[in-house]
Amino acid sequence: MERLLEVKDLQVSFKTYAGEVKAVRGVSFHVDRGETVAVVGESGCGKSVTMQAIMRLIPMPPGVIKNGTIIFDGKDITKLSEKEMEHIRGSEISMVFQDPMTSLNPTMKVGAQIAEGLIKHQKMHPSKAREKAIEMLKLVGIPNAEKRVDQYPHEFSGGMRQRAMIAIALACNPKLLIADEPTTALDVTIQAQILDLMRDLQKKLNTAIIIITHNLGVVANLAQRVLVMYAGKIIERGSLDEIFYNPRHPYTWGLLMSVPTPELDKNKRLASIDGTPPDLFAPPVGCAFAARCEYAMRICYEKYPEDFPVSDGHSAACWLLHPMAPKVKPPVGKGVTL
Amino acid sequence: MTGQENALIEINNLKKYFNVGRGAVLKAVDDVNLKIMEGETLGLVGESGCGKTTLGRTVIRLYEPTGGEVLFEGKNVHKLQGQELRGFNRKAQMIFQDPYASLNPRMTVADIIGEGIDIHGLYKNRERTERIYELLNLVGLNKEHANRFPHEFSGGQRQRIGIARALAVEPKFIVCDEPISALDVSIQAQVVNLLMELQQKFKLTYLFIAHDLSMVKYVSDRIAVMYLGVVVELATSEDLHKSPLHPYTQALLSAIPIPDPETERKKKRILLEGDVPSPINPPEGCRFAKRCRHAKPVCTEKQPEFKEVEKNHFVACHLY
Repeated sequence: MERLLEVKDLQVSFKTYAGEVKAVRGVSFHVDRGETVAVVGESGCGKSVTMQAIMRLIPMPPGVIKNGTIIFDGKDITKLSEKEMEHIRGSEISMVFQDPMTSLNPTMKVGAQIAEGLIKHQKMHPSKAREKAIEMLKLVGIPNAEKRVDQYPHEFSGGMRQRAMIAIALACNPKLLIADEPTTALDVTIQAQILDLMRDLQKKLNTAIIIITHNLGVVANLAQRVLVMYAGKIIERGSLDEIFYNPRHPYTWGLLMSVPTPELDKNKRLASIDGTPPDLFAPPVGCAFAARCEYAMRICYEKYPEDFPVSDGHSAACWLLHPMAPKVKPPVGKGVTL
Repeated sequence: MTGQENALIEINNLKKYFNVGRGAVLKAVDDVNLKIMEGETLGLVGESGCGKTTLGRTVIRLYEPTGGEVLFEGKNVHKLQGQELRGFNRKAQMIFQDPYASLNPRMTVADIIGEGIDIHGLYKNRERTERIYELLNLVGLNKEHANRFPHEFSGGQRQRIGIARALAVEPKFIVCDEPISALDVSIQAQVVNLLMELQQKFKLTYLFIAHDLSMVKYVSDRIAVMYLGVVVELATSEDLHKSPLHPYTQALLSAIPIPDPETERKKKRILLEGDVPSPINPPEGCRFAKRCRHAKPVCTEKQPEFKEVEKNHFVACHLY
């Protein structure tokens, strides 16, 4: 498959009165055309900041992109001018946010919000853009689209607002859609509708999707590849099945075990990851997860582990994968002893 | 319900309507009957706007009901006065959803936890301080945290403070209103484990309100499913997951994405069309009829009765 996006050694910091927060500390990954990549991790692990860097939406100051290149469709985004960036935002890369109420403009009709991008990017005639807006609303499954196009966001329910957001994001037929927790604010039955919709539209339009979520069920439902982030770094990456059935990083094990499976016995304790993520003002020298890791060795505190390959496309940054490390049996997955 | 256990709380024909102006009435809770047994966890699930929070709040007297009654240890909660009311206020506590909004930012942790102790005059001076330290320990914090303010804590830690505050007055019954939905996955497990440990230690009774069905199943002994102000199904959590009877429960269960790729690929989803209708002037008959795959003419005419179909398995549906 053809590369669409390639991020290399991205580092983003925020300067605050209390010091520098190193939110993203060297992240490299790629997205191919038409595929779905899920980014999982706890709040504050840098997943949203990484995506904002791709969209160049990081407020600067206080934010600084300290290092790294972001190649999108052959161009280095970090070197583009703001003007050139405006052409990319909304027409080639677009974004769906978590909260559909605060990300839609309450004073603008929904149809006008969909048409806005078309008029700006594709120089479409307003009356034609309106027709296209109706078509988009139908595409995302909003009944009565001819009437709905002239309504305001407050007249839409939560699920319909998120559909409208998706319609806005997909109106210009972008090559990449970044969905930042698109279903977190929704009820499960509506969430199922939105996930189905995203999968359908991807098939129809061949858009690549990066989905940020902490719901592992959503990941299993939608993604083809998974990136696990912790404290500003990608600590494990691999295909969906590799991550769920053969995970190699203790943090990934912790994440997988902390969700109750339908078979879990009530008398058994849920496995939780004790402690909290490290302070990113002064991230640890070694592995950032070491302090919470029950398998931590001395080297984990002293040196950051390199990315050890597990199989094609699957790698994890953990010293347990070093040939000299003690053998540990993963507590989850169908995997074999390391 | 075996009949041998004691019902700590009996909810009989409880109704809570809100006047929303222009003669419109929002029926948030409409004729709910439930019993909560001593020492059990009753899970309450449903989509947003179905009235589950209103039910929880009415049960602990944060709202006055429009009709019906709530009995706590046999006494009508909304008729209590004086000494008895103080006793009830101590015995029934609540843990809130948003740990950021439910702690007063101007109060130190010690004052937040100590407020209930002062009001009920449980401990004074040295003993009070000791008790606060003990409570902090109990929820996995330590006494250095006592003089800090809420903004110095993470979401999970704040939720622990909220739990310590509820426990401070030695309650019997706690309404947990979505206590984990604002937290990260790994922190959710910590808080749930803490709640379950505390339940065993102090023989607490929980009403656990949530929309995350997989967590509710793990936490609860029995689960009640609400839809538009009505309880549509009630069963043990095992039964509810193995053989859900109400079409709404079936759809709700099939909609949860399971964190297992193979299951997800094989699964057939029951997709519900449309959204939950407005609880203002809700439809006649069964409230789910419009979105139901099995709807018959009778469903739109008559509201189905809430009846026991199998042992300890109640459902309100014309199919049974």
